Amino acid sequence: MSNTAVSNSTVSNSNDSSSTHSDSYASSNADSASADQQLNHENLASYEAKVLDELNETHQLGFITSDNLRIPTLKILQANGVEFEDAMAVHLNKETALHCYKTMQYIRVLDERMVAAQRQGRLSFYIVCTGEEASVVGSAAALQPGDMIMGQYREQAALRYRGFTTEQFMGQLFGNETDLGKGRQMPIHYGSKALNYMTISSPLATQIPQAVGYAYGQKMAGKGECTLCYFGEGAASEGDFHAGLNMAAVQEVPVIFVCRNNGYAISTPTDEQYKGDGIASRGIGYGIKTIRVDGNDLLAVHAATVAARDFAVTNNAPVLIECMTYRVGGHSTSDDPSGYRSKDEENAWRNKDPIKRFKHWLLNKNWWSEDEETLLLEDYRTEILSVLKKVEKLPLQPLRTLITDVYEQPSAQLQEQYAELEEHLRQYPEHYPASAGRL
Amino acid sequence: MTTMNLLQAVNNALDLAMAENDSVICFGEDIGKFGGVFRATSRLQEKYGRDRCFNTPITEQGIAGFAIGLAAQGSVPVAEIQFADYIFPAFDQIVNEAAKFRYRSGDQFNVAGLTIRTPYGGGIAGALYHSQSPEAYFCHTPGLKVVMPSTPYQAKGLLMAAINDPNPVIFFEPKRLYRAAKGDVPEQAYEIPLGVAEVVRSGSDITLLGWGAQMEYLLEAAEQVQQEGISCEVIDLCTLLPWDIETVEASVNKTGRLLISHEAPRTGGFAGEISATIQERCFLALESPIARVTGLDTPFPLAYEKEYMPGTLKIYDAIKRSLSF
Repeated sequence: MSNTAVSNSTVSNSNDSSSTHSDSYASSNADSASADQQLNHENLASYEAKVLDELNETHQLGFITSDNLRIPTLKILQANGVEFEDAMAVHLNKETALHCYKTMQYIRVLDERMVAAQRQGRLSFYIVCTGEEASVVGSAAALQPGDMIMGQYREQAALRYRGFTTEQFMGQLFGNETDLGKGRQMPIHYGSKALNYMTISSPLATQIPQAVGYAYGQKMAGKGECTLCYFGEGAASEGDFHAGLNMAAVQEVPVIFVCRNNGYAISTPTDEQYKGDGIASRGIGYGIKTIRVDGNDLLAVHAATVAARDFAVTNNAPVLIECMTYRVGGHSTSDDPSGYRSKDEENAWRNKDPIKRFKHWLLNKNWWSEDEETLLLEDYRTEILSVLKKVEKLPLQPLRTLITDVYEQPSAQLQEQYAELEEHLRQYPEHYPASAGRL
Repeated sequence: MTTMNLLQAVNNALDLAMAENDSVICFGEDIGKFGGVFRATSRLQEKYGRDRCFNTPITEQGIAGFAIGLAAQGSVPVAEIQFADYIFPAFDQIVNEAAKFRYRSGDQFNVAGLTIRTPYGGGIAGALYHSQSPEAYFCHTPGLKVVMPSTPYQAKGLLMAAINDPNPVIFFEPKRLYRAAKGDVPEQAYEIPLGVAEVVRSGSDITLLGWGAQMEYLLEAAEQVQQEGISCEVIDLCTLLPWDIETVEASVNKTGRLLISHEAPRTGGFAGEISATIQERCFLALESPIARVTGLDTPFPLAYEKEYMPGTLKIYDAIKRSLSF
């Protein structure tokens, strides 16, 4: 194995020698701290031996490379949806499994319909989650409702898992009077206080140190809650990633970092993004419990996140999960992947579809049927289209939302500027169709 | 009342805020056991425990991001950036995140509890990286409040108000005055409202406007020209964002002249903003051009620091020129 980036293609291969089918953490050496408590019970000779051992000296030159640290990838489901023979026991009940499945299917339908709406010019912009649904839903399903989710922008499936309605999605996408965000952000910047889903912001990785602070507050509150923070492998190059992970370890907070390593940051492939052993190796460097999972295997993602949550909340300590997956769609509707990757590569990953894989598992368990599937998809399509038609016609928020919420109360300056604006708009209403007649 | 220097006033404000509200949490580089490089957080860890007063790694963007998340959760973080010169790694978190948190979420989330304290300013032989006055960068950011006290009394009252204000506040402390400024400070908790300027000296011939450490020079110059029969009205802006236009406007309408002074470089400095606003509002009342006495458009120097500084003599000279225009 060369000393280069973990290629995404290695992850999908079920025969990959570096994969594991049982739950194993790559542990940091943080546990050694308690060792010297036992010194009183030891004689001087063994104390000296211990000191020498802890110095971990070598008298021969030798560098450490990524090869020394081969982080395995947890897989439970084979590509055909059958569990590996030696796979760890699965603890996912029928109700949760079906909720996960329906959420993934809903998001797939939503994404398809919204891309179509964008192509028709009804929507300015959209971002799909296609191919990464299991990474998002499998992790979100392992949380408690009181846990905070702080996403990057491609995790609408986690929001849906928690009950975000079609009306609420459409309200944000069209930024009109039903938008919880009051029409202030581009499409896909969702947020819901009621669902403990922090409003998305475009700058990458800013949510990472924020998640650490949020989780510190949760630790202080002592209710056994934690924060889950999503980001991509590209965002992990930002300073905020390093700042956040280091602070999480040092400040001992219950936060779960979930990296969606989806192969691309817009057009930049992973081998132009980093050279170490993926993102997981960095967690270990920061003294954070770390695991790498097959992000297209919902059972693996879920099992890892359940264990991560338990560890984080019990020990007030962070965990990093690297989900190896693939961004099947473009970065956004403004992107055209044909300029930087092949159709063959995309098709290879389409065949590893996380939804199909999980569906086979459900079918094998007799928890799901093709008939139910047909009805479900029909329902989703109908609902999404009818809500889209309804919401796209709704009016904007009141004009005054232009200046509210900058501060808790608008400043005198801002009120004065608003008064000036109103006067101008009254004078030239024909030039401002969005606000004309709304003053 | 008790006599405190500006550092003791800051420490006292933090102490009272932490005693009053268990959600107030202080953190930053070296602020724990050591009490901060200037000792602003002295004894707070001892008193309130490591959970509520602690060291962070050296990561300003991490400190700011952490503080934002903690505030969003409902706690009341008071983060320290060791020197204002080192706030720039946190610029994105402050400008793109803290300032926009409430707006972008449609008021679902906010960072109401957030306060970021940081020592600023020169006159201490700190050269480029221990002397800057970066307030203007932040004054260009809707959503933030920017506060700069000049006395121990103000430092305590404004800091307590900043901590309790339902908006993110950047609190610049004049480090040149940390120990040099002494004054009477009430022992109990009190707040000085943000966004309100203080007329610290009444006068009739010219209005002198400044904030933070610059007030010392403005008052000295006012005293000097007084002996020559020139009466200065001196205003301490206290809060730069949002700033108290009315008080300045009323004063300039009375005196007909305005001099604004800050340590930061002139171009793009906050004096420019004030100057534009006042000429819009007081155009017919003005007897002379609005004067700016500021730092030069250079990095903060070392060997010629005194030459760079907008000191008393430069202010004195500018007053005379304004009066003889």
